[in-house]
Parts: sequence; structure tokens; C-alpha cells
Amino acid sequence: MMKENSLKIKNPYLPYPARIEDVKVETEDGKLKTFRLIFEDDLLREKWEHIPGQFAMLSLVGHGEIPIGIASSPTEKGYLLFTVFRTGKVTNALHQLDKGARIGIRGPLGNGFPVKDELKGKNIVIIAGGFAFTTLRATLLYMLENRDQYGKITVIYGARSPGMLLYKEELEKWQKRDDLNLYVTVDREAPGWTGLVGFVPTITEQVSPSPENAAALICGPPIMIKFTMPPLEKAGWKDDQVYLSLENRMKCGIGVCGHCNVGPIYVCKDGPVFKRSELNKLPVEY
Amino acid sequence: MEPLKIDKENLKDILQVISKDYKTFCPQKTDKGFRDWRIINRDTEFDSEFFSYFDEVTLPKSSIKPFFFPQPETLLTFNYDPKAEDAFLPKQCLDKEPDKIDTVLFGVRPCDARSLILNDMPFKDDPYYNIRRKKIFLIGISCTKQSSTCFCLWTGGSPLGTDGLDIILHPLDDETGYVIEFISKRSEELKDTIFPEKFCSKASQSELDEIAARKEKSKSALKSMPNLAEQLKQKELMAVYNAPFWQDVAMSCINCGACTFLCPTCYCFDIQDEVVKKRGRRIRYWDSCMFPLFTQHASGHNPRGDKVKRVRNRFLHKFKYFPDRFGPVSCVGCGRCIKECPVNIDIREVIRNLLAVK
Repeated sequence: MMKENSLKIKNPYLPYPARIEDVKVETEDGKLKTFRLIFEDDLLREKWEHIPGQFAMLSLVGHGEIPIGIASSPTEKGYLLFTVFRTGKVTNALHQLDKGARIGIRGPLGNGFPVKDELKGKNIVIIAGGFAFTTLRATLLYMLENRDQYGKITVIYGARSPGMLLYKEELEKWQKRDDLNLYVTVDREAPGWTGLVGFVPTITEQVSPSPENAAALICGPPIMIKFTMPPLEKAGWKDDQVYLSLENRMKCGIGVCGHCNVGPIYVCKDGPVFKRSELNKLPVEY
Repeated sequence: MEPLKIDKENLKDILQVISKDYKTFCPQKTDKGFRDWRIINRDTEFDSEFFSYFDEVTLPKSSIKPFFFPQPETLLTFNYDPKAEDAFLPKQCLDKEPDKIDTVLFGVRPCDARSLILNDMPFKDDPYYNIRRKKIFLIGISCTKQSSTCFCLWTGGSPLGTDGLDIILHPLDDETGYVIEFISKRSEELKDTIFPEKFCSKASQSELDEIAARKEKSKSALKSMPNLAEQLKQKELMAVYNAPFWQDVAMSCINCGACTFLCPTCYCFDIQDEVVKKRGRRIRYWDSCMFPLFTQHASGHNPRGDKVKRVRNRFLHKFKYFPDRFGPVSCVGCGRCIKECPVNIDIREVIRNLLAVK
């Protein structure tokens, strides 16, 4: 079967078989787990390529498929990471799976962040809230691996509480780097927490990143995005410097089934990454 | 290739020849009283009722969509027995002889046939759809009359249109028979098998002239129509989106989805998994943007939670989003949605309203 569907997808509905190599509970409420997946096909494992910000359909036969952002960077070879919030039918089934279980992957899908084009040479500001940090983790890691291709990198990441932060060990490691300005914040004071306290928009206002030769990549709950924009605009940011990643219900992932359209565009095929200036011209159906 | 002529009384022979080698479907009166696509077999009665279809203006109740989008269609199969070696391993369910024609649709109206050309655009890379396109042969019948709900000319089609067809029959004015026009390359290859010489003759010059004159007339009628797609493409997206008339259309709409299921160019689908006794399959089946669940996130958030947003999405997909992306409007003017809408929403009125948006 792998022969007919190796690397170049001829049947875009046929998932690549993969196995769960590891499962890590990320947050204190247990609702977020990171799944480390490896393809069953050796060649595919070796040749797989994606762009940070792209997603894949995780396929659990008997349950269905879900579009999930790829949390691993293309520079991490041999496996893929997906951080999944348990919320619906398929994510509930996925959360019950353990190491060794078989799963399917369709992808990579969507456009991703333009890390190899428009973002090159720019100062990068990454702003993330809650569990929307996943594809931005991939992006950040990619940029750190290709550090000389980007200017100043600033990351503002917030969660409800310290226990709700994703990738805690990595955050600690990144804190120590001198080629990265990392601001990790939690919504309110918590025992043992010595870092920043405050919502992401507030911290953004305090940091007030310079818009000069810069691009902002923002992922988070709609409410966070809404309130993060005014401080950025105050600092002189324009909408065509701001990249957002959309989510919508999806079925096919290849721009056919009609579920994820926002006006004339398909989130799955034309997105999920859009400039804010592009979104301003579209209906708010996301 | 030279057109042939077939006499009315020979249609039956032709249908018998074709249905011997192919699964052949033709619009026939059903026991429910309306006309719909039914297979031709030994029980088919070739009576005057049967043949009246070719002289009437009635469309079959359903379009030819179900032949290209089976309801449901199996995409993948899988073994759901966890102890099996191939447990949870999906296998694709594609036809083994993708190039072999196995089905003939006889009596397709030009509007329905044209829907294929439009659906081909989004389904360009869809192997399931493309295989069916190759396996199904279409013999059309041009329209000499129009019903009150027909509006193919508005959408760029024509009562004599050949888009999507392999062969078209043109009824002659004297009602003695039909001129057979071969359109696709594969129709030439199949000519002798499905229209054998003994049942056909060469079309005479006067018969050819008659059809040519009819085509000319239809062409000039089409020319006098406004180019809907071009006009709508020039409209500002948010201007048509925010037009006030959507509230009125949505007011009466009950989101039943009948229009989307009847529509030959509504192609949205859902994908679901089914498991029966450890044997599973992944199926796709028709979905409708009229339904609230169509866009609802697992979180409960719904980007098109309001009825007006859903109604607007269906029409704007056809007349703005699709043309902006692919060129033509995604409507063939068959009028089924007008005829069957339980609350009398008329798509032509929506088009007029759209054209009036400044």
C-alpha cells in the first residue's frame, strides 16, 4: 500500500499509516497531550517535509479525522509532534491511545508561515496564548535552527496558569538563550511563579515591540487577538505585518468539501495562515 | 464527425442495444408519479409514456449528481479488529478498471450535463470523482421548449448546449426522429456499438440545416444575455456580502437543505467512519451548508451560526466565491431549487438582487 501512496499523494484521502511513539501530558488539567508520531514507512519518515504553520489531518479510523497543526519543526527529523486538546469525538478517542497505537496522517496541508520568503531577514515577534502555541513552537524552533536568517526574535507567550503552559522544559531552555527575548506570562499570581503576570495584550503593550522591518505571528483565542491588536497598532504596526492562523471545521483538507470557507477562500488550502490585511477584506466567518 | 439521424421508432432498439452492454439509465415515470433516473432492464416498458420524455420539457426529479457523487461513497475500508495484523490500516476503495465505460446515461438535459464541467473544477484532483467521470458515458437530448423555471441562458448555458456530453440528440420539428451529434472523442470510438448502422441513417441536409438554424438562434439569445459571472466578479465582495436583501431571503428560508440536495452543482460533502462488526469504512456523503453543524467547531463556536449567514453562503458560493476562484457561476439554471423550495425562494430573484448591488 505504501508504494502506491508514498510521498506524493495520489489519493489525497488515503492517510499514511503511523505509530504513536510517545505521549506526553502537557498541562495540569490533563486535557492537552503531545503525541510523537512516526511513519511506518521508512522512506516517508526520511523524506517528509513541511513548513512551520502547516497542519495535517490525524486519522483515527472508526472515529474520524481532525485537522491539527504540526507542532514539530521541519528541522526535527524522523518524527512529528502534535499537541492536541481533548474536546470532541476524535480528540477524545485520540487521548485514550497509548504508545504503539496505529494512527493515520494526511498532509502536510495548508500554506504555513512564509519562513523561507517574506519573513526572512525580518525581526520576528511571536505572540501566543493558551494552547495555540503549537505551530508557533514549530516556527520558533525552525528560526532558532536558522538563526542567521532572521533579525531580533521576540516571543510573548501566555497561559491561564503556570500549569497550563505548553513545552515547559523548552521554555526554560529558551529563557537562557541570549539570541531570543522570551516573555512568558500567566493570567494571575500563582504559588511558586516568579515570572510575568498579566494577560498577553497587557504584556504586549509593556514590551511594545518595534514594527520596524518586523513581522508579528499571532495565534491564540479570538479574544486575545482582539485585544492584542490595539497595543500593536499603537506601536505603529500595520495589518500587512501581522500574520494570523485560522481554524475552521474541516473534512477534506484540500479545498473541496466546502466546510472551512471564509468567503471565497478555504482555510485548509489558502490558509491557515493569513495576513491580517487579507482577513480585513473577508467576512468574519471563522 | 458526421451527424446521424435516428427515427423515433428506432430509439427503443438503440436503448436495447446499449443496455445490453452497459448499465443504462433513463428518466422514467416512477411509481411516485414523477420522472426520475431509473435503470433500463428487461422489465422496462417502452411505451408512449416512456418516450414522451424526449418531447417534453420536464427534467428528471434528481440531477445526474448521484451518479458522480454516490450517496454514500466508500473512500476507504479498514479492519477494526485490534488483534488483526492489518488492524486500523486504511485501504483505498478505488475502481480496478478506471478507464472502462460501464454506465450510460440516456437523455441528459444540457443543463445537467453542464454541471459536470463546473464540478470538474473543484474535483480536479479527486480520484474517486475522476474515475466516475471516465466510467460514465452521457447521451443528451437538447431542449426545444423551456419550462417556467428554466433559466440556463442566464448562467451561460444553452438549451442546445453540449458541455459535458458525449453525444446529443436534437429532436426534429416534424417529430419523426432525432439528429445525433457526436461530441467527444470517445463517442466516435463507440459510435458503431451504440448507434449501429441498421438503426440509423445519414442526416439529410435539410435536417442539418434545421438544427443549425436552431443553434444560431440560441447563440444569439445567449449573446443578448448579460454575462452573469463577469458582472458578479466585478462586484466588491463585502458589498454583496453586506447587502440588506439577505435578511429577506433568510426570513422565509427554513434551512431544509432541499435546494442543496437537488442542485446539480452543490457538491459539499461530509466524511464519516462506520464500523459494523469489526469491519469499517470511511464514507463521504452529501452535506449542506444550510445545516448549522456544517461549520460548528468542536468547541461549540459556530462561524455561520445564524441562518442568514448560511443562506447567504449558499448563494454567494454559487455566484461570487466560485466565479472569483474558477471563472463561471456555479449554477446551470435547471430550476429544480425554484420548483421544489417549500417556501418559494426563487434563485432568479436573488440573482437580480445581486446584480443590483452597487
